[in-house]
Amino acid sequence: MIRVAVLFPELLGTYGDGGNGLVVSDRARRRGIQASLEHVGLGDELPEADLYLLGGGEDGPQRLAADLLRASSLASRVNDGGAHVVAVCAGLQILGSSFSVEGDDEYEGLGLVDVATRRGERRSVGELAVRVGADLLVGFENHGGLTTLASGVSPLGNVVKGRGNDGALDGYRTSNIWATYAHGPVLAMNPWFADLVLGAVVGEELEPLATVADRLYRERCSVLGR
Amino acid sequence: MSNGLALRDRLATSCVRAVNRLSRLTGRGSGTVAGGRVGLRLAPGLLGSLARGRTIILVSGTNGKTTTTSMAVAGWGGVVTTNATGANMPAGHVAALAAGSSERGVLEVDEAWLPIVMNATRPRVVALLNLSRDQLDRASEVRQMAERWRTALQADASDGPVIVANANDPLVVYAAEVAVNVVWCDVPTTWLADAVSCPKCTKALTHAVGSWHCRCGFAKPKAITTTLHEQLVIDGRRVNLDLAVPGEFNRSNAAMALTALARIGVDLAGAVTRISEVASVAGRFSVRHWNRHTVQLLLAKNPAGFAAMLSTVPADRSDVWVAINARIADGRDPSWLYDVPFEELRGHRVLCFGDRRLDLATRLDYADVDFLVVDDEEVVPVSDRPVLLLANYTAFSDWLARSSA
Ligand SMILES: [Zn+2]
Repeated sequence: MIRVAVLFPELLGTYGDGGNGLVVSDRARRRGIQASLEHVGLGDELPEADLYLLGGGEDGPQRLAADLLRASSLASRVNDGGAHVVAVCAGLQILGSSFSVEGDDEYEGLGLVDVATRRGERRSVGELAVRVGADLLVGFENHGGLTTLASGVSPLGNVVKGRGNDGALDGYRTSNIWATYAHGPVLAMNPWFADLVLGAVVGEELEPLATVADRLYRERCSVLGR
Repeated sequence: MSNGLALRDRLATSCVRAVNRLSRLTGRGSGTVAGGRVGLRLAPGLLGSLARGRTIILVSGTNGKTTTTSMAVAGWGGVVTTNATGANMPAGHVAALAAGSSERGVLEVDEAWLPIVMNATRPRVVALLNLSRDQLDRASEVRQMAERWRTALQADASDGPVIVANANDPLVVYAAEVAVNVVWCDVPTTWLADAVSCPKCTKALTHAVGSWHCRCGFAKPKAITTTLHEQLVIDGRRVNLDLAVPGEFNRSNAAMALTALARIGVDLAGAVTRISEVASVAGRFSVRHWNRHTVQLLLAKNPAGFAAMLSTVPADRSDVWVAINARIADGRDPSWLYDVPFEELRGHRVLCFGDRRLDLATRLDYADVDFLVVDDEEVVPVSDRPVLLLANYTAFSDWLARSSA
């Protein structure tokens, strides 16, 4: 049994990011692994979960989400309890040490990872492809952040197309956190990534699962010029 | 309307007409934007000059603009100048006003252009329908749009337009509450996913049946002019609204159009009768033929539009067709498919068409909805009844073009 929690979809769900929770829990169930999926609303207590998902959001909601999460038990659940996190876009920025959204005001993040985001020169809007080990991660980005990783922090992968953190690297990863600028249903578009996360959460090797998402993934890879 | 125009504007206007005629003749366009562009280049103030002396209603919002505009035109009666093809930026407005000589005008306006078009055309009434996420990879985010509207309406003096605004959409209320003349409409508005946090203070909004409020004091306006339940009530006058087009959202559109018309003195009973007869708007809701199939075309461009259209799918209809593209006019990012409540189609089988049919199929798969990816259109099973086709913007245009009346 795994418990999946989508955090504040009202604030961090601008680009269909809620789909990621659906994808992970559904891919678990299809393999006979029980999975619960919970959407955590603004007034709700942070539930205990094995996987927390954070999506993208606009500036105001992003700051509110950061406030709510700093006051919550998320950091201790991830640091001490071994909970996993997938964070995209604004979610990626919130987990870091600081971020600037409106103007140059710096905002305090959760500090789970030593990563700082400031406002870039221009917005990045378009297809994003990232080399992650032997795999290609495909998606779409739409953000104005320029994210810098402290030395010792591993990126998720190298940018093949688009901008990601800074034009060269995208996202970051720790033993139990994955973060990327590929927003929206990145786990839907990249079934291998969904299974990488799911495998880590259940702590075992997963049987392959054939779905129509495989066709979608192949199509996106060929469009993005693999 | 060209008398009273300065020489420069007169010349520009005749150029607009000439270019439009040419572009229609050469088949290069529908002749509604190209001429307008030329005109604006020759005379940047042309939109304002062409609008002067006319009674103009502007209609803006994320969903329902074209339908509401069309309903306002029909409801007004007689000859009304309008940008009927949905060319809803200034070049389209210039083209429409140059081509139409009626002193009555109803213009559909792209949300981002509303402040500029309002300023140029000095409308009598502006109808603000709703604001929700739409093509976020292109347009700025939805809250910024509300902020821009608010700034434009704030600048508006006491002799400015009457703002006919949807009281159930917190983002519209945020924009319109600063205007001097506002007429609030309490019309059914189901999509509130973009107004969960307060536009003023970002705290959580509390939604209850028929009301919403925030702890900071921001709340649904109390002074309501128009309500729509079983009956439509405008300024205390009750009418039955029995439309030819389907769906609760179209009743809301009609209510807003009628409120706008009431504000410029159009007789309500006559307007209701004329609006009730509107059966199809630029192909939307029209029943068409394609190969051996009969298809009713529904346009849905974004999550709110799709949610509204899905609610009109009859439970007994087995196959439903959905066509999704992600071309520039659609927005290049189909992530929004995960914000559409496709779970409502469980029990149906969905045939997936369009450039992004695999994105759609994947979404449906995770929604536990039966689907069929249509790679070969020759083998689409024929249904004995008309099928519903829900399509986003360019997919809709494709289907309108490839099907026949
Ligand atoms: Zn508030």
